[in-house]
Amino acid sequence: MVEWLAGLYGGTDAAWFFSIITWILVIVAPLLVGVAFAVYADRKIWAAMQLRRGPNVVGPFGLLQSFADGLKLFIKETIVPAGANKGIFILAPMLTFVLALIGWAVIPWGEGAVLADINVGIFYIFAISSLGVYGIIMAGWASNSRYAFLGGLRSAAQMVSYEVSMGFVLVTVISYAGSPSLSELVHMQSGGIWNWNFLWFFPMFVIFLISAMAETNRPPFDLPEAEAELVAGYQVEYSSMAFALFWLGEYGNILLMCALSSVLFFGGWYAPIPALDFIPGPLWMIAKICFFFFIFAWVKATVPRYRYDQLMRLGWKVFLPVSLAAVVFYTGWGVAFGYIGK
Amino acid sequence: MSLTALAFYLFASITVFSGFMVIASKNPVHSVLFLILAFFNASGLFLLLGAEFLAMLLIIIYVGAVAVLFLFVVMMLDINYTEMREGFLQYLPIGALIGLIVLVELIMVVGVWQVAPEIIGTPAVAAAPDLTNTEALGAVLYTQYIYAFQAAGIVLLIAMIGAIVLTLRTREGVKRQNISQQNRRTPQTAIEIKKVKVGEGL
Repeated sequence: MVEWLAGLYGGTDAAWFFSIITWILVIVAPLLVGVAFAVYADRKIWAAMQLRRGPNVVGPFGLLQSFADGLKLFIKETIVPAGANKGIFILAPMLTFVLALIGWAVIPWGEGAVLADINVGIFYIFAISSLGVYGIIMAGWASNSRYAFLGGLRSAAQMVSYEVSMGFVLVTVISYAGSPSLSELVHMQSGGIWNWNFLWFFPMFVIFLISAMAETNRPPFDLPEAEAELVAGYQVEYSSMAFALFWLGEYGNILLMCALSSVLFFGGWYAPIPALDFIPGPLWMIAKICFFFFIFAWVKATVPRYRYDQLMRLGWKVFLPVSLAAVVFYTGWGVAFGYIGK
Repeated sequence: MSLTALAFYLFASITVFSGFMVIASKNPVHSVLFLILAFFNASGLFLLLGAEFLAMLLIIIYVGAVAVLFLFVVMMLDINYTEMREGFLQYLPIGALIGLIVLVELIMVVGVWQVAPEIIGTPAVAAAPDLTNTEALGAVLYTQYIYAFQAAGIVLLIAMIGAIVLTLRTREGVKRQNISQQNRRTPQTAIEIKKVKVGEGL
């Protein structure tokens, strides 16, 4: 993808640079619009499940609601609390936003349609998502407020806990693919829905989806911002664009996790039936991301929030042993029957 | 100057700068954040060397897990900054001594001390051309260096048990939740239905 455009630009160092910049814009601009519609979809699904109408005033069917909200936040004043640690306070939302975007560099949209097809793609995403905790913990500390600080601490403990079982899920899947490259993971699932990983790795798929919700601070794991007890947790002191950046980063991360779930377990850009492969890969990817986003919204609308000790229990006493046992079982099975190391 | 050289000087200068700021900044939380920046840029240097697996591991383990716990602990410390500055001169001589020793050792390594000059420049294991970093590391780690690998695992296990033993305390009179017991509860065991006649209590 990058080579092709760089060749078009002339093939020099500068051409490479501008080719990469172009592709970044091609990915990020639709992504941000997608985030705006994801927020809208989230609110609509949530409303429908509670027999409400949801946003329906701005634009047809309320479609422009997110843009109106964005504009409103944009023209408001950014308030930095007097007791806050100014530099870190401003850095935290930027960090959250940037980390939510750079993970998309390795997501494959089709055969060869990927910005950076690095051979440690899955580790890259894992590293990026583990960095995500810093935005929240820095915001919580720099705000110099009890609520924000408690939210930051909760978030740090939660994300570190669920990363462990998520790592084991990734280890299982990549041991079968034989490579941590995301394109290889998709190639392994070619040939229709019965080859997709979620059938063969069903327990891992469930653990991954729940861990992804915990990792992105999504309900039922939204303890860092539990509005009933912590007002809004780490975001409580933020206003205007700084708040909007947190919001965009959060939804960007959720969409990234949806994309990762479809690459790992739902066959990436492949159609469910090989006969439908004439429809372009990116469209399948988008459809699968929407499917997973619907699941995320569904869970948000129906499941009550976890209590903190129950959250820790689920992460350390249920998911960790189960995923560890599953790694041993799956890799043992794979080696014994010749699926691994072909 | 090529892009790679530019990236190297960027990563290297930020690493050195943030390494300095770790010891120079007054606020311990800033120190930890600069340490994280140093880790991050060091992993960028790994990437430039072509060691992409190590670069990702450095971020996942050091930045994503170890440094989070550092930050966690440091943030909760209640530190009086002026008091902390007072001890500075007291530790200066021993700090300077250690710095001097490290400096002399570095000079010895780089300058004069050479065991076998012909070894420098030849890689320890000839790299197979069609093998990725991850595969190459895995192939030697679990075969040739299995004892070292297991020993590292045992060290970590002992550290973990030690940490649990140090912090474990049995407290009296604490209500504990028994999840399986709760899940076994049915309406029959949990609630009692009574017909209440109009005008009468229970």
